[in-house]
Amino acid sequence: MRLPVMISGIALVAMIILGSLLSLLQGALDLPPTESLLALCDTLFGTHWSTLDDYQRVVVTELRLPRLLLSVFVGAMLAQCGAVMQGLFRNPLADPGIIGVSSGAAVGAIVAIAIFPASIGPLAVPVSAFVAGLLTTMLVYSLSRSKQGTSVLVLLLAGVAISAFAGATIGFISYFSNDEKLRQLSLWQMGSLAGASQVNLWLGFFTVVALAIAFQRRTSALNALVLGECEARYLGINVEGLKRQLIILVAVGVGISVAYAGIIGFIGLVVPHLVRLVTGPDHRSLIPLSALCGALLLLVADLMARLVVQPAELPVGLVTALLGAPFFLALLIQQRRQWN
Amino acid sequence: MLELTNLRSQHGKVPHLAVEQLRIETGMMVGVAGPNGSGKSTLLRAIGGDLPVTGDILFYKRSLRQWDPLDRARHLAALPQFSQIGFSFTADEIVAMGMIPLSLSRQEGRQQVAALMKDTDCHHLIGRAFPSLSGGEKQRVHLARVLLQLSQATQPPLLVLDEPTSAQDLKQQHRILALARSLCRQRGYAVIAVLHDLNHVLRYCDHCVLMKEGRLSAQGKPGDVLTQNPIEAHWEYRPQLVGHMESIPVFV
Repeated sequence: MRLPVMISGIALVAMIILGSLLSLLQGALDLPPTESLLALCDTLFGTHWSTLDDYQRVVVTELRLPRLLLSVFVGAMLAQCGAVMQGLFRNPLADPGIIGVSSGAAVGAIVAIAIFPASIGPLAVPVSAFVAGLLTTMLVYSLSRSKQGTSVLVLLLAGVAISAFAGATIGFISYFSNDEKLRQLSLWQMGSLAGASQVNLWLGFFTVVALAIAFQRRTSALNALVLGECEARYLGINVEGLKRQLIILVAVGVGISVAYAGIIGFIGLVVPHLVRLVTGPDHRSLIPLSALCGALLLLVADLMARLVVQPAELPVGLVTALLGAPFFLALLIQQRRQWN
Repeated sequence: MLELTNLRSQHGKVPHLAVEQLRIETGMMVGVAGPNGSGKSTLLRAIGGDLPVTGDILFYKRSLRQWDPLDRARHLAALPQFSQIGFSFTADEIVAMGMIPLSLSRQEGRQQVAALMKDTDCHHLIGRAFPSLSGGEKQRVHLARVLLQLSQATQPPLLVLDEPTSAQDLKQQHRILALARSLCRQRGYAVIAVLHDLNHVLRYCDHCVLMKEGRLSAQGKPGDVLTQNPIEAHWEYRPQLVGHMESIPVFV
């Protein structure tokens, strides 16, 4: 049984708003809810309603708010990229990292952490992660190209091989790092949104909007691709061009997400699955709803990461993996039943 | 409408397709027959522009490569022989994908989908998950999809059918071939179909193409081409002529 797309979309937006409120009002520092909201209004509209102290305002507007926004942007990007990759590979088990972008970005980040002193780390790490992710994707993509076009199977296998190589490189660097760097390395690999207040959120906002528009223009083509590459060509789709564009867009989206927040697994894999179960596999609705659902999921995961062990916090990548892995196994078992 | 000249496709040193000349006119139903591996599907792939070939493929006097992809899609569609879809689209959603190169309102689209699914006898599959259908049902759903794809053609379109009857039961085989023939007769479509049953070629086709080892070994009116000696030369099997039905020979 499928739910109507409109209703699902509205429900997701409502839940995102609710989650955002919770995320703004909850945290290690206990603040009165109305005052916190008034403080937010003060920042947004220049009013003077709130009676909070300055340091309390900073917690709401400069710590919780940017973090909330970043979780929404990154969640939306990862989930959309996952939906697109699954469509491109015509396989519901594909993950946005399959084209090597996450593992490449991880190598880039880890090299930057190991080489550069901590003082320029906040800038060097994301830039190096993004560049290395893009370069790795280019390498994987060019390996899969031949005269007959791009082979999706070779793309997948090259992605696996390059990821294994990247894993080895990371291990190698970790082995020769000192304890302090080692902790930094492993934390980065678990993914975290804690750096939200130090990064430029406009870049994230523009990327997520641009990606959403670019993907939305290609949803019919992705639907056609589900029929098979040959059938898509008969339907007038430029399949080679489509593949190239989608791979670049996904590499940019995942690259920026990884640069912002490190490796956050399972959002890109699980969210499109979930949306397909509820509203069906049509990419015209799958991609925008995946964006909403991914935003909601990462928002909630980050809220949990902040609240569960407060005043300390967990890396959000751990939370998504902890929630995502059993959920994914449940999906697999259910699918296996269907196949039998 | 379609003219192939000196078509060649090579795989290493061995040519697996070598066609000197083939012409298909509007309103014509062409049956392609030949033993397994004789290049029938390869020929259809070449016609669809899905195979790197040397030589000319002229579609309405214009090289296939020069057609705008969407305009081409509205005039040339192919029914796939096999179909594997990893996501649980419903049968009618698959048919509706035929609208991708068209400009139809949502309402018109839905009506067309329903009408074509009736024509291809799969109307009862609306709402069913495509991966759960039988092979024959999947094939008929795809047939409805490619017919939808051709529904806005400005000139009579070409329909390429790769073994449209292979997965069908007796009734559906005849329904599909009769539907294809009526599209040729009434709306000027041209159809080129790979058929294994020579009696189908004799009964439904205007033109027969026999293939062997990648070459067009014979072509002409089905009744002239499909006689006992050439059949035996191609298939190494001598069929028995059991009689005539409305002056069409029937082989067993």
